[in-house]
Amino acid sequence: MSTRSFAIGLGSTPKRVLPGFGLSLGISLTFVSLMLLLPMTGLFGQLAGLSLAEYWTIITNDRVVASYVVTIGAAAVAAIVNAAFGLLLAWVLVRYEFPGKRLLDALMDLPFALPTAVAGITLATLYASNGWMGRLLEPLGLQVAYTWVGIALAMAFTSIPFVVRTVQPVLEDMPHEMDEAALTLGASDITGFRRVILPHLWPALVTGTGLAFVRSLGEFGAIIFIAGNMPYETEITALMIFVRLQEYDYAGASAIASVVLFASLALLLVINIWQGRFIKRLHGGHG
Amino acid sequence: MRLTSLRRTLLAAALGIGLATPALAAERELLNSSYDIARELFSAINPEFITHWQAENGEEVEIQQSHGGSSAQARAILQGLRADVVTYNQVTDVQVLADAGLVAEDWQQQLPNNASPYYSTTAFLVRKDNPKGIESWDDLVEEGVQIVFPNPKTSGNGRYTYLAAWGFADQEYGGDEERVHDFMRTFLRNVAVFDTGGRGATTSFIERGIGDVLISFESEVNNIRQEYGSDDYEVIVPPVSILAEFPVAVVESNAERNGNQDLAQAYLEYLYSEEAQRMLAGFNYRVHHEAVVEEFAENFPATELLTVEEIGGSWDEVMDTHFGSGGLLDQLQRR
Repeated sequence: MSTRSFAIGLGSTPKRVLPGFGLSLGISLTFVSLMLLLPMTGLFGQLAGLSLAEYWTIITNDRVVASYVVTIGAAAVAAIVNAAFGLLLAWVLVRYEFPGKRLLDALMDLPFALPTAVAGITLATLYASNGWMGRLLEPLGLQVAYTWVGIALAMAFTSIPFVVRTVQPVLEDMPHEMDEAALTLGASDITGFRRVILPHLWPALVTGTGLAFVRSLGEFGAIIFIAGNMPYETEITALMIFVRLQEYDYAGASAIASVVLFASLALLLVINIWQGRFIKRLHGGHG
Repeated sequence: MRLTSLRRTLLAAALGIGLATPALAAERELLNSSYDIARELFSAINPEFITHWQAENGEEVEIQQSHGGSSAQARAILQGLRADVVTYNQVTDVQVLADAGLVAEDWQQQLPNNASPYYSTTAFLVRKDNPKGIESWDDLVEEGVQIVFPNPKTSGNGRYTYLAAWGFADQEYGGDEERVHDFMRTFLRNVAVFDTGGRGATTSFIERGIGDVLISFESEVNNIRQEYGSDDYEVIVPPVSILAEFPVAVVESNAERNGNQDLAQAYLEYLYSEEAQRMLAGFNYRVHHEAVVEEFAENFPATELLTVEEIGGSWDEVMDTHFGSGGLLDQLQRR
């Protein structure tokens, strides 16, 4: 995506709302450097002290690997759940009028507004075996707090806005007539949704889900209180990083952090590339 | 504080007394950087010290407190927080400052009892009537016993618990390494939840109702019991446990810059006085002053206290062999 917009920036006519391409680009680049590149450089600076063999040993330590499995697995479950319910929520918020709609809409941002540690403590209180929810679920044999399920729950909570807020605007731009046309042409409800609506939403839905997933990989505050933090079972990668920091082992912490960072960047890149191709195909290109 | 003295100065100027009056010199402030759960303790001790100092020297002083996880507190001082004295719950955190040259190299010799005016040990808090019959460390490795204590990887409190269990097993099995490791493996497997800090573990045990036993400092479990109802919980002090020292030191470079050397030294020495030791005992810490020890004898059951040195050598060695990456703790938790 970045290459595309860059090409447009250089190639198209110089009619712009903001004056001074040079100035605005300059400020943007300075900002990006200070806010994003500088901390990244710091991270890689810490890594410079490690040899490749040391780096490999740190990131393939079996307990750390177990934490990747827990983190990625729970984040994947949380992302899939959020994709389904986030789509539904966005749909309800855009397509229907009902009392309390504004409130529900505002509520969607709550996970962003609430300090994650507060969310984690609240969820743990609710889902512990003596909590409101835990008391109901435990007799059914479903233990949430201090298990893997609790981790996924905390992740789903903190990342749901990503899906809703990326799908919502696309859905708002999509005219009602589109699905109505599909129906009048004889498509069933399901076919109409699958063949007409969903293809338009795919890019936004996948991006939102991807962002939610990546956000979950890095979440610490909300999860740590509900995870139980048992080695090999409910330890998340962010805790592994935290432990290294407690040991004043900045290089080790940076090494593990870099794995999460690369995984996230790779995923976002794949989504971007896929999205580019998808949009091209949607608009009749021969991709 | 600065504002108050400024206001006072302005007021004085307005009244025409002039600025030269010696009594108006800014009063001295001492900053005590301390561990998280010592807030109430030092809030009680500081006013007494201020009165004591005024009676002795006729000078009015102020004591500021700063609390947080003791490692984070030490890091803040390394990064420039100008605390005059430190009162921590981990020897290693003072040692970090000594290694950086902020605290005297021989700080442990500068005050009595390894510069530790009070001490504690690890003890158990069990539920009403002690249903699992937990009296000592070997009861904790029984099948079906659930233990709660903070993660030794992230908490000094948790490290003491781990070392105390190790010390017990080492004594019990006469140093047979194989059996000590087996004991520790079972002990660690019985842990229900690994919170990152002491207060988190307390919440899990009390509020969430998790586990049969909470292991923490004796002072802390007694305070919890007093706070949450002495009918619902019982404190068990095992016959063998670990000596947990609470080291104090003057941060020399800061005290010098703040012109507080005499004050800082006196403040720490005051913690050894009968008056302060009585307050400390009231907060369920064990103390050294003989009269006070006798007075509070029944609150502190006699128990054999192993030192960290007896269990695993110096703190540096212990941190390395047990708690470092790939150390014994990691090996014991390996599946």
